[in-house]
Amino acid sequence: MKIKHFISLEWKQYFRSAYWQKSMALNVLLVFVALYFVVTFLALGIALYPILKDTFPEQDPFKIVNSYLFYWFLADVLMRFFFQKLPVMSVKPLLTLPIKRSKVVHYVLGKSSFSFFNFLPLFAVIPFGVMLIINDYPLVSVIFWMITIFIITLIINFLNFIIESISSETELSYLPIIALAGGLFAINYFNIISFTNLVSGAISSIYKTPLFIVIPVLILLGLYVVNFSKLKKQLYLDSSLKSKAQEVKASNLEWTRKFGDAAPFMQLDLKLIWRNKRPRSSIFILVIGLFYGLFFYPNPVYQDMPWMYAFVGIFVTGIFLINFGQFIPAWDSGYYKMLMSQNIKYKQYLKSKYTLMVVSVVIMFVLSIPYVYFGLEILLAHFAAAIYNIGVNTHVILFGGSFNRKKIDLNQRAAFNYQGTGAVQWIIGIPLMLMPLAIFGAMYYFFNFEIGCLALIILGVIGIVFHQKLMNFITEKYLDSKYKMIQAFGQDN
Amino acid sequence: MINTAKLTKTYGSKTVLDIESLDIPKGQSFGLVGNNGAGKTTYFSLLLDLIKPSKGEIRSNGILVKESEDWKPFTSAFIDESFLIGYLTPEEYFYFIGELRGQNKADVDALLSQFEDFFHGEILNQKKYLRDLSKGNQKKAGIVAALIGNPEVIILDEPFANLDPTTQIRLKGIIKNLAEKQGVTVLVSSHDLMHVTDVCERIVVLEKGKIVKDLTTSEATLKELEAHFTGTETY
Repeated sequence: MKIKHFISLEWKQYFRSAYWQKSMALNVLLVFVALYFVVTFLALGIALYPILKDTFPEQDPFKIVNSYLFYWFLADVLMRFFFQKLPVMSVKPLLTLPIKRSKVVHYVLGKSSFSFFNFLPLFAVIPFGVMLIINDYPLVSVIFWMITIFIITLIINFLNFIIESISSETELSYLPIIALAGGLFAINYFNIISFTNLVSGAISSIYKTPLFIVIPVLILLGLYVVNFSKLKKQLYLDSSLKSKAQEVKASNLEWTRKFGDAAPFMQLDLKLIWRNKRPRSSIFILVIGLFYGLFFYPNPVYQDMPWMYAFVGIFVTGIFLINFGQFIPAWDSGYYKMLMSQNIKYKQYLKSKYTLMVVSVVIMFVLSIPYVYFGLEILLAHFAAAIYNIGVNTHVILFGGSFNRKKIDLNQRAAFNYQGTGAVQWIIGIPLMLMPLAIFGAMYYFFNFEIGCLALIILGVIGIVFHQKLMNFITEKYLDSKYKMIQAFGQDN
Repeated sequence: MINTAKLTKTYGSKTVLDIESLDIPKGQSFGLVGNNGAGKTTYFSLLLDLIKPSKGEIRSNGILVKESEDWKPFTSAFIDESFLIGYLTPEEYFYFIGELRGQNKADVDALLSQFEDFFHGEILNQKKYLRDLSKGNQKKAGIVAALIGNPEVIILDEPFANLDPTTQIRLKGIIKNLAEKQGVTVLVSSHDLMHVTDVCERIVVLEKGKIVKDLTTSEATLKELEAHFTGTETY
C-alpha cells in the first residue's frame, strides 16, 4: 500500500460525501475565508518592517517582532485547538489489510503537516524575511530565523494534537487549553516568568548561532514520536476504536412532564446531551460562555464601546443555543429513519429542542446578572439580548437546521475525531451573532443605547408572539427536506 | 390491507423497483425473498415513506402512504440498527417507543413480560446502553420494540440474520402467532429460504426490482424456491 492509495481514499471520502455535494456554497465561502487570511498575512509580512521602522525609529524592527513572537505562538495554539482537527481517516477497514500499522500512523501525522494552518504563517514570515535581507540583515541568519519559525509552527501543530487528545480523554473539553493558554499568559503578564523575553532570547540566539536550530528540530522530533506512539496504541480494536461498555446512570426525569406532549422528546434530548461525549461538551462550553464577559467588561478599552455589550450579551446568553442548536437535527441523525417512521408530530420534536434552548437562555441570563457590577447598562443589554435570543435566534437556528445534511456519529470515540467541529459550523454561527450586532449598532449610532436595546427587545417579542406561526413554517421546511435528510444521515461521511 | 399499484423507484436511469401490482390482505404473513439488490429493502422503505416513489403509489389500509401520515399509528417496523437509539437502555427505548405509540409504562411492561423467553435474560435489567449490546441482542430489542402498541402492520427486514438458532426458532413462533392469532399483517424479508417458508403463508420473489414469483406456501414451496435460486445463480 503506497501513499497514493491513502491519498486516493481520502480524496474519495471527501468528495463523495453527501455533505460536500450539497454545500458547494459553504465550500466556496471557506475558500474565500482562506484567501482573505492569505492576503492579510501577506500584507502584514510586507508592511510590517516599514511600519515598525517608521513608528519606532530608534528600535530594531526585527527585535520588536521577536519580542511579540510569544503572543503569536500562543494565539496559534488557541486557534488550532478550535479549528484544526487531526485529519480523520477511517482506519478500521485498513487494520486487517497487509499494511503496517506504523505506516497508517505516519500517513495520518504526515498529512497533518500539510495543513493550511502550517502554511499560513509562511505568507507573513517569508515576505518579512525578504524585507530583512533587503535591509542588510545577514542572509544566512535570516534564513535560519525563517526556518526556525516554520519549525516552531510545526511543533505547535503536533503539540495541538497532544493537547486535543488529553482534553478529549479527560472529557474536560475546552478547559485544559483555556487553562494552559490563560496560565501562560498570566505568568508572562505578571512577569513571574517572562516568556516574551525567553522566546525572543531563544530565537535571537538561533539567529546568532544557527547551530542552535538543532534544539527546535529535536523538540519537533520528540513531539512527533509522542504523537506516533499515542496514535499507534489507539489503532487496536479493543482500545479506542471499539467502544467501551458504560455503566448506565439512569434517572427518571419525571419533571419534564410539565412540558406536555413534548415530554418524551425532552427526556430523550436530556439523555442525549448527558450520555454522549459530543453534546456533553456543549455543557462545559456554558462555563466558558459565562466568563466570556470578563474578557470585555473589566477592560477600560471597552468601557466606551457600549455597542459591544449587546454582542457579549448575545454570546453569553446564547452560547448553549448556538452550540447545541447548530447541530439540530443532526444529533438525532443516527436514528432519524426510525423517528420518521414513528407516529410522531414533527412539531413536538422541534418544540422540545426549542424549549431546551429557551430554558438555557433564561438560565444563562440569570447567571450573568452579576455582571451588573460593571454597570447597569450591561444588565439591560443582556436582558435585551436574551429576549432577542429567545424570540429570534432560536427560530433562526431551527430554520437553519432544516438545511443540515451532516451526520453526527454520537457513538464515535475520540481516537481519530477530537473536536468534530470544523470551521464550517463556526461560519454558520456568524449570522446569529452579526445580525443583532448590526441592528443594535445601527440603532446605537443613530439614536442611543436604550433605543438599541429596545429594538432587540421588540424584535424578540415579535418572534415570541409569532412563535406558533414561525414553528409551523419551520416544520414545513423540515417536512420538505425529509427524504434528503434521511438519505444524507444514512451516509457515513 | 396494503395495495401497491404501478410502483417504480429509479435512481438516475436505473430502475431498482418496478411492481405492477401487489396486494397484501389483512392478517397475512408475507415473505419477500430475493438476492442482494433485488429491491426488498427499497420496497419496505417506500412502505414506510422513507424514500419517495418515482411513480405509482402504496396504500396502506386505504391511506396513501406518500401523502398522508395517518398510516403511522398502526404500522411499525424494524429495518436495521439505525432504528435504535444507542444511548438509551433497552427499557428506556421500549418506554420511549411506547410513549410515541400512546402506551404507558404498564402497557409496555405487560408486553415485555411475554418476551422473557425471547430475550433470554440478555436484554432487560442489564444496565447497558443499546449501543453496547451485541448485534444479535440489538436486533432482539429492535424487533420487540416493533411489536409495541398493537400495530396492525409489522415490517421486519431480515429479522433472522445475526440471531442465534434458539432465538430464530422463537422468533418464528412469534411471527406465526401474530399473523394467525392476532390478525396482524406481517411483512418479512429474508435470505433464508427455510425460515421464510416456515413462517409465511405467501412468498414473493423479487429479482432486479420485479416480481418473478408469487407463491402460496405449501410442501413444495421450499423445493421450488431452491430450484429457482439455483437456476438464477448459474448464469
